Amino acid sequence: MTTVSLDAARTALSDACGEVTDATPADAVDGVPAALVARPGSTEETAAVLRAAAAQGLTVVPRGRGTKLTWGRPPESADVVLDLSRMNRVLDHAAGDLIVDTEAGALLSDVQQTVGSAGQRLALDEPVAGGTVGGMLATNASGPGRVAVGTARDLLIGVTVVRADGVIAKAGGRVVKNVAGYDLGKLVIGSFGTLVVVTRAVFRLHPVPAARRFVSVPFGTAEDASRLVQSVVHAQVVPAAVEVEWRVDGAGTVVVLLEGTAAGVEARAGTTRRLLGAGAEAAETAPPGWGVLPWTDEPGATGLKLTCALSGVAPVLAAVQRAAADAGVALTVRGSGAAGVLYAALGGDASTEAVADVVARTRAVCTEHGGALVVLDGPPAVKAALDTWGPVPAIDLMRRVKEQFDPERRLAPGRFVGGI
Amino acid sequence: MSGTHGTQTTAGPVLGNTPPEATSATGEAGDNAAGIEAVGRVAREVLPETGVIADPTQLRTYECDGLAHYRVTPALVVLPETTEQLAAVVKACAEHGVPFVARGSGTGLSGGALPRADGVLLVTSRMRTIREIRRADQRAIVEPGVINLDVTRAATGEGYYYAPDPSSQQICSIGGNLAENSGGAHCLKYGFTSNHVLGTELITPQGDVVQLGGLAPDSPGYDLLGTVVGSEGTLGIATTATVRLVRLPEEVRTLLVGFYSTDDAGAATSAIIGSGVLPAAIEMMDALAIEAAEAAVHCNYPDGAGAVLVIELDGAAAEVEHEYALVERFCQENGAFELRLAIDATERALIWRGRKSAFAAVGRISPDYIVQDGVIPRTALPEVLRAIAELSSSSGVRVANVFHAGDGNLHPLVLFDGEKEGATEAAEEVSGAILDLCITHGGAITGEHGVGVDKAAYMPKMFTDDDLDTMQLVRCAFDPGNISNPGKVFPTPRLCGEVPGKRKKAHPLVEAGLADAF
Repeated sequence: MTTVSLDAARTALSDACGEVTDATPADAVDGVPAALVARPGSTEETAAVLRAAAAQGLTVVPRGRGTKLTWGRPPESADVVLDLSRMNRVLDHAAGDLIVDTEAGALLSDVQQTVGSAGQRLALDEPVAGGTVGGMLATNASGPGRVAVGTARDLLIGVTVVRADGVIAKAGGRVVKNVAGYDLGKLVIGSFGTLVVVTRAVFRLHPVPAARRFVSVPFGTAEDASRLVQSVVHAQVVPAAVEVEWRVDGAGTVVVLLEGTAAGVEARAGTTRRLLGAGAEAAETAPPGWGVLPWTDEPGATGLKLTCALSGVAPVLAAVQRAAADAGVALTVRGSGAAGVLYAALGGDASTEAVADVVARTRAVCTEHGGALVVLDGPPAVKAALDTWGPVPAIDLMRRVKEQFDPERRLAPGRFVGGI
Repeated sequence: MSGTHGTQTTAGPVLGNTPPEATSATGEAGDNAAGIEAVGRVAREVLPETGVIADPTQLRTYECDGLAHYRVTPALVVLPETTEQLAAVVKACAEHGVPFVARGSGTGLSGGALPRADGVLLVTSRMRTIREIRRADQRAIVEPGVINLDVTRAATGEGYYYAPDPSSQQICSIGGNLAENSGGAHCLKYGFTSNHVLGTELITPQGDVVQLGGLAPDSPGYDLLGTVVGSEGTLGIATTATVRLVRLPEEVRTLLVGFYSTDDAGAATSAIIGSGVLPAAIEMMDALAIEAAEAAVHCNYPDGAGAVLVIELDGAAAEVEHEYALVERFCQENGAFELRLAIDATERALIWRGRKSAFAAVGRISPDYIVQDGVIPRTALPEVLRAIAELSSSSGVRVANVFHAGDGNLHPLVLFDGEKEGATEAAEEVSGAILDLCITHGGAITGEHGVGVDKAAYMPKMFTDDDLDTMQLVRCAFDPGNISNPGKVFPTPRLCGEVPGKRKKAHPLVEAGLADAF
């Protein structure tokens, strides 16, 4: 609570929104205690809460189900947790137009269930189970399927947001093809709640494929992994995903997902097995851990996101493995070799210094290959000691965008790049 | 979308009561002459003599883009060859408060590259190097003046191509594509420019050079790249683009299907998409558009067709085989009377020639026409087409329909003879009414041509003041001086000095004695 009393804030927020409660320790945001929790039921109520918060000078951290609140840096302050879980309706599934219009607090799994009844899907993986549409957008979460259809930025076609000053605005619309006005949806994706609060989103959908096949092959070295990935991406089998996994015992697997018609998938799986060579096997079900972040269920682990150009997959894999081995840190890697997005888990018993060493050495190689390393998740002490976001080009321009949208720095202050 | 349209020479209407020449959108000649002179001095210092044009006759050759009925002569034209030269000129513009407009090949159809009479036109056509084809990375890095099709040509030998394919792809530039978020016939399956540009080096309106995105995806920080692509030159000038290269498909099948009515063709389209088949393209032309195309390029479309569909399937051979069987069945079930499959590249080209020539071909059957670019939800297609037909018959204004049926992007061609009294106004009225139809059906006023100067006045029909104001917050972050292509996209500029929601006085609770400020 920065400038006003808790009672005054509670009163003001309660006027704006029917459901305001005192925060409990469980409402802390990445270790930062919150004072109040507001649960608006509509975009208008969200706007009223934000106006009241603005009038009170309160900081606000938006939250869906809180599954990724430890990603990024902890906020400097969290006077109000703006909980969107009441706004959980899937508003409209226009199956004929292959779109879905949903409130931001809706569970991604509920959206999938609704559109799935018409044989459709929102082609976004859920690397952390149990999250909301808004949380997925705020963190730009993605999974193996990004190779075929991309990420949230390729699927979001309309968005309704509430600004820090309580003004409601929308961009895009309900049609897939639309170039009228700025694409604010893209700006909001991955902004970690620091620009606006998303209350509603419209996505394009895809048909659920009739058949899927997973073709897996073991690999030994980083160079082997890269060679296998390259052999698949330059072929014409049109993979839906090409995952690289390096388990903690050093065993590696490349898994290619093929989606399509039964006959088509059968033929493409055959071609893919030939491409991957000896030891390649096809299965109809996903291997264990498919699309799950490697630090899931690893208490105290540090989660890294490594990105690079495709030609950088081998050097990045090699670098992180060498750095982890040198520092004596247990390492698991899983991610998309065909997208150049790998996730690494560093064992929970590693010292902060050891983690810092792995991060620094690996980051240099990611950067050299056109990418970046972000410390996405980890214990507070480890994150506090590290430059979690790393160097960010165009940071000055980003600060100016923040300054325009949230000049008082009240939305999730400090969670994002460069202390935004 | 169609360069053939953009480069043909119909006189075209002057839209609305107030031509943009006379509005604040394009400035007045002679304004800030000292500023223009100062920018010209800088340009001459950093550029060779041929790179700076100030001669009035030569300036006039740049007076319009593909939307030729808006014409404004720029005060100065600069043709830089390097990022450094361009940045120096932009910096000078910022210092002297001189507006600038970037232009690639000038094929845009919304007047997005219409010059400013009080400003500088920055033409990127001399920045035309394909710097790298990076097969292993499935990326190319190109300069903004590079022609769209040349990226594909450079990558084909490696088994790759650049997917976004506006009809003007033989002449339009990547920089222009990036500014407009250009589409094309194949974006139904492959997406738009915004899905294929992964990075850019941008000169901000203040003359700074920044890198947004790059070879790897998901750059940390705000997705400024996603906001810049499609911002119609209002957030700066791209000096490189890192683009995705897509693997050439194993198999391509192009079909031409004749129907007796647009209703039947629309129903077939819905059946195909509803079944889960995602063709690379589904294009529709109605009887009038077919008539025009026949007159122009003798494409030999099916006799007596009330509508044709051009459907292209591509991908892994085993999948295309299956999809083709489905498409054939859905067309037959919905009244197709003729179905032709191109057996080779020549036949495929012939099928596409009718479609791609459609805009220009309309010039054969009408002295003047307006190209619309509205979008509707695909399921509203039959209803909207009937409404357009009613509009046409009640007004006596002929409308030819050519469009991307798969994604509901309509290109009604409103035909008229500008020599006839009242004909221009009647055509404009029909054109505007078609846009209104798109908006009331939950669609958009532009699917791929952009807002530019042409549709800025329609933006308030689609967006509230708060929506537009919020978009302009981005503008103010990038371009506080409002010098980067001012007058485009937004109906009214925002003064960037205003900071929304900023409290100017003491906190109300503090004032009321209810709380203390620490």
